[in-house]
Amino acid sequence: MMELVCPAGTPAALRAAVDAGAHTVYCGFADETNARNFPGLNFSREELAEGVAYAHARGAHVLVAINTFPRAGDQALWHRAVADAARLGADAVILADLGLIAHAAEAHPGLRLHLSVQAAAANPDAINFYARTFGIRRVVLPRVLSVEEITAINREIDVETEVFVFGGLCVMAEGRCSLSSYATGLSPNMNGVCSPASHVAYADVGGNHEARLGDFLIHRTPKGMPVPYPTLCKGCFTSPDGKGDSQTGHIFEDPVSLDATRLIPALQKAGVRALKIEGRQRSRAYVAQVVRAFRAAVEAAEQGAPMPEGLLARLTEGQAATTGAYAKTWR
Amino acid sequence: MDLTVGPIAFFWNADQVRDFYRSLAETPVKRVVIGEWVCSKRLPFWQHEIPAAVEVLQAAGKEVALSTLTLITLKRERRQTAELFASGLPVEIADLTALEHLPEGAPFWVGPTVNVYNEGTLEWLASRGARRICLPPELPLDSVAHLARAGADAGVAVEVWGHGRAPLAISGRCYHARLHDRAKDSCQFVCAEDPDGRTVETLEGQPFLTVNGVQTLSYTHMSVAGQIGALREASIGALRLSPQPGDFAAVAGLYARLLDSGLSARDALADLRRIQPGAVFSQGFLEARAGAAACP
Repeated sequence: MMELVCPAGTPAALRAAVDAGAHTVYCGFADETNARNFPGLNFSREELAEGVAYAHARGAHVLVAINTFPRAGDQALWHRAVADAARLGADAVILADLGLIAHAAEAHPGLRLHLSVQAAAANPDAINFYARTFGIRRVVLPRVLSVEEITAINREIDVETEVFVFGGLCVMAEGRCSLSSYATGLSPNMNGVCSPASHVAYADVGGNHEARLGDFLIHRTPKGMPVPYPTLCKGCFTSPDGKGDSQTGHIFEDPVSLDATRLIPALQKAGVRALKIEGRQRSRAYVAQVVRAFRAAVEAAEQGAPMPEGLLARLTEGQAATTGAYAKTWR
Repeated sequence: MDLTVGPIAFFWNADQVRDFYRSLAETPVKRVVIGEWVCSKRLPFWQHEIPAAVEVLQAAGKEVALSTLTLITLKRERRQTAELFASGLPVEIADLTALEHLPEGAPFWVGPTVNVYNEGTLEWLASRGARRICLPPELPLDSVAHLARAGADAGVAVEVWGHGRAPLAISGRCYHARLHDRAKDSCQFVCAEDPDGRTVETLEGQPFLTVNGVQTLSYTHMSVAGQIGALREASIGALRLSPQPGDFAAVAGLYARLLDSGLSARDALADLRRIQPGAVFSQGFLEARAGAAACP
């Protein structure tokens, strides 16, 4: 059966995910070493130890994401996170930064290394480079690839692949995007945040709701309609064509989220080892519901049964979902 | 401190490319990186100009390197990456994928789209033969200074993004094609219509970003004209200038005067506004502010 890798932003979410049938849970420390560095989220060292014990007692694994890029002059914070994850019994660490991976491979030779989606390894050469040089055992594939490309990649590599199937959707190559810091000064790579709430402002202007990020208007909707969270790449913009005409709309992507449930059999056939659910910022109840649904889906896939359709529609952002780059036409 | 000109971001035709490198040969820049940086579909339209451009630049005493793509996915792109290392010129890697093809012991350069955020990464790349690294544009001055020191110890020249629209994101999806209701595979090369990229504005008409095929650039032109002193103090080796339409030779000349003849930041920005009328200049990244924060 494909492995189901589930998010946990809190110890309660970790327990909920394990109880709901997660094979593996991933989480991070409560600091800027992980890419979901939100207030009130993530684990202390003690909480991680307890979470690992809880998961291991029930046959589940725990991965620790240390997937931001260490700040120059301050690498010790990231090195300590890797050392503590190893010491506290994490089954693997999920890393993105070349220097941190080199450090982990040398200082913790027994520690299983997974390559974060933030490392943006999007072809067999990049993956084989990390495998050959540092012994990484699994790669989380960037969300820029089609199922056909994933199939082809799996034919050329020896490490496991993990892909996102549900939750937030980055439309840019992750770990290589500075849109957020261009608008706010804070970025996923440096600060573990994208389009951070600290820089969001909502206002009612005329007959409209407006959502801003930094100095920039990202959404404007008529009163009575919900205004989406102003994630920069999902905003509504205008682009003049220079000849007097212009296009207005979601130029990069609509406010949709990823739901690749119906592609699970194809991903299994493509040789994907693990399916990942995004959402460490989500509630325990949400995590439990999504994990239960996906556990049923991977079991159905294992038996060659059809996928449960639309099972999760009401959980997705803005009620709309896409299969993203997995379907080639998306590009 | 000296000047490096990065690869052309936009889809220019062969004539534009030829004219650009001929005029660049007359400028006081020290080195030039050439190659298709954004989309491999563009390359057949202008790659025959590369040998002549290399020749004219080398004849003018410039160091020349060849750039890889920023996002390498297709088999053809992987093969082209491997072939760059057989050219005899230094290769500037824009995607870490290239390291899989790096001949043992071959020196290389690292471009601004490779994530070099800390000393550990810089030192590892240096141990593999990196000789020059242009840092990611989003880094604040504090990180830049740490990295310049690490570079000095490791024998790596450190560059910062000095002038031009900054590369902010790369995608599997082509936004130029999407603006024309096309998919990437049937784009009909619409990005060629916009030799300076296509502007994206907010619904209030505030210019924000620049679409360039699969790449998203800043709308503003980054300029470190106001930070030359701080960068000199940090022992930065070079400024990276990014090609753009218009009088680019004048831009290069202006930065040379900033470095060598004490042109003030105020006069430099006034000159830049004359050379590029209508352009908005920003440099918040170095000050650890929003990258779009305007230059004074």
